Amino acid sequence: MSQRETPPVLLATHGLSLSFGGLKAVDGMSLSIAQGSISGLIGPNGAGKSTLFNLIAGYHQPDSGRVELEGEDITSLDPHVLFGKGLLRTFQIPREFGTLTVLENLMMVPSGQTGETFFGAWFRPGRVSAEERALREKAEDILEFLEITHVANLPASQLSGGQKKLVELGRTMMADPKIVFLDEVGAGVNRTLLYSISNAIQRLNRERGYTFCLVEHDMQFISELCDHVTCMAEGRMLAQGKATDILSNEEVIDAYLGRGKAAKGTGVQ
Amino acid sequence: MTDILNAFSHITSLLVIPGLAYASQLAFGALGVTLIFGVLRFSNFAHAEGMSLATMFCILITVWLQGASVSIAPLPTALIAMFLAIPLVALVFIGTDRALYKHFRAINAKPEVFMIVSAGIMLISNGVIRVVIGPEGQSFADGERFILTAREFREWTGLTEALVLKTSQLLSIVLALIAGGLLFWFLNRTQMGRSMRAYSDNRNLALLSGVDPNKIVWVTWILVAVLSVMGGVLFGLDKGYRPFVFQQMLLPMFAAAVVGGLGSPVGAVVGSMVVAFSELLLTFAWKKFLAYLLPTGLAPESLMQILATEYKFAISFLILVIVLLIKPTGLFGRATK
Ligand SMILES: Nc1ncnc2c1ncn2[C@@H]1O[C@H](COP(=O)(O)OP(=O)(O)OP(=O)(O)O)[C@@H](O)[C@H]1O
Ligand SMILES: [Mg+2]
Repeated sequence: MSQRETPPVLLATHGLSLSFGGLKAVDGMSLSIAQGSISGLIGPNGAGKSTLFNLIAGYHQPDSGRVELEGEDITSLDPHVLFGKGLLRTFQIPREFGTLTVLENLMMVPSGQTGETFFGAWFRPGRVSAEERALREKAEDILEFLEITHVANLPASQLSGGQKKLVELGRTMMADPKIVFLDEVGAGVNRTLLYSISNAIQRLNRERGYTFCLVEHDMQFISELCDHVTCMAEGRMLAQGKATDILSNEEVIDAYLGRGKAAKGTGVQ
Repeated sequence: MTDILNAFSHITSLLVIPGLAYASQLAFGALGVTLIFGVLRFSNFAHAEGMSLATMFCILITVWLQGASVSIAPLPTALIAMFLAIPLVALVFIGTDRALYKHFRAINAKPEVFMIVSAGIMLISNGVIRVVIGPEGQSFADGERFILTAREFREWTGLTEALVLKTSQLLSIVLALIAGGLLFWFLNRTQMGRSMRAYSDNRNLALLSGVDPNKIVWVTWILVAVLSVMGGVLFGLDKGYRPFVFQQMLLPMFAAAVVGGLGSPVGAVVGSMVVAFSELLLTFAWKKFLAYLLPTGLAPESLMQILATEYKFAISFLILVIVLLIKPTGLFGRATK
């Protein structure tokens, strides 16, 4: 695997662990994500994938271990600080601001503009309204891209599960992220839309240089998008490497088929 | 015809205008209560005391301005004092937050704990007010008292019943409209406002979406300071300032916020109307009004008052109980998750 020009590591975890009571949900995970890559994280249900995302995004504090972003220790920083550093995530079970409209769900993302400071809002109303217009346009473009323009002015609580996922993805597109963690962004989304999401990810990656890390159970989705795949089971690293290698790896297939245990993922075909 | 006009003038002067002015003053308080509840998630028992404290600052500044012969007659000097008082009051509120509430937020204390802390702050503020300005009433209204006096109105129209409009009443209504409009603009049309609403809706998700909680907290207290100063001063100009009259406002303010749905600014405004007009309609003496409209023989003997004025505060209490029993989320509230 020795390449002459390996891209620099953007994000790395070192021995990250977290237990819930007696259960080791994440157990000494060390992982590194290259700048500009799209990497996949797979593993059977309950493997600890979402928990690992939570640890990286500052939503849970690890029992031990470190997270580094561009070599800087970012372990246990507040989520809004991580957001400011360009580290974003979406949730497996989508979350939304139910009382805000879909458009507002995107427009709430802080962008460091005048309207975001309290005094700017009152004392520079002209500039604020110009920025508002720009912001609204950006949000509307994203909604159009995600094909949910027709629900722009509905309260987000009224959306279907799949639509809420798209709103979450849209919110990450509003910020200018360095790295985005997508937790099963495709689950519950119809085929055609899944195809355009996968296109979107590739385009954002290529054109804007966003790095992605995605959890998915749909192996086709993973193999089409990802350069590098990590497989987790029971909180630990099972295997990692190139997508094609990992998806044909015996151990990985065993973990998914669960050696007699019921496997729930859409799984390896 | 004159009878109908007299009845109309009578009811406008004694019911509609005072009702709108009172509703406006109440709305300042109820908006403060609802903002604190929506964003900081607790019922602030110290809110009325906060308004009293805000008014106290304003009176002290007014007296100082009057001493320096600053005047914007015919408008009351207190209007300038208001702008000077706002930063001071905001500092007091933010200071209190940093000294007390911040700690309880950090340890994720239950809302009940915040409520008790706020009750403690209420007692302390009470003491401070007593020491600084004393328990007696203060009159700080200057400038023109009336926009339309009874005499002028009678001369113009020849009606027996005069329509009176006090400066403080008109100011209350106009400033409430302006302040309400600006608040809604801020909450709906600026990014900071949207962040506040997002934070109030789903705190965890807001943090993960980059909202800085400290900023939200201090902006909330600044808004509450503005509302408290304006509401307190307008109420004081209209009814005279007695430091502890605001305590009696606490119940109507909460009733208004709860009727509208705690956490909903639109609800707070509508709720203030409901509470203010319930109080007035139920304690209004309908005798004269009916006497003008009914044929002479049928004119009532009694005052035709549904409730004696002393029961005014029971009305807020009753409204509060009814809403909590029938629709605890209020008119515009959302179900708590
Ligand atoms: N907040 C929590 N409290 C207690 N246990 C938890 C919590 N979150 C996750 N767990 C447990 O940790 C383990 C890992 O869960 P996690 O959600 O990370 O799995 P996953 O790999 O994302 O699974 P899936 O593919 O089903 O989404 C599970 O056994 C789960 O029950
Ligand atoms: Mg998961």
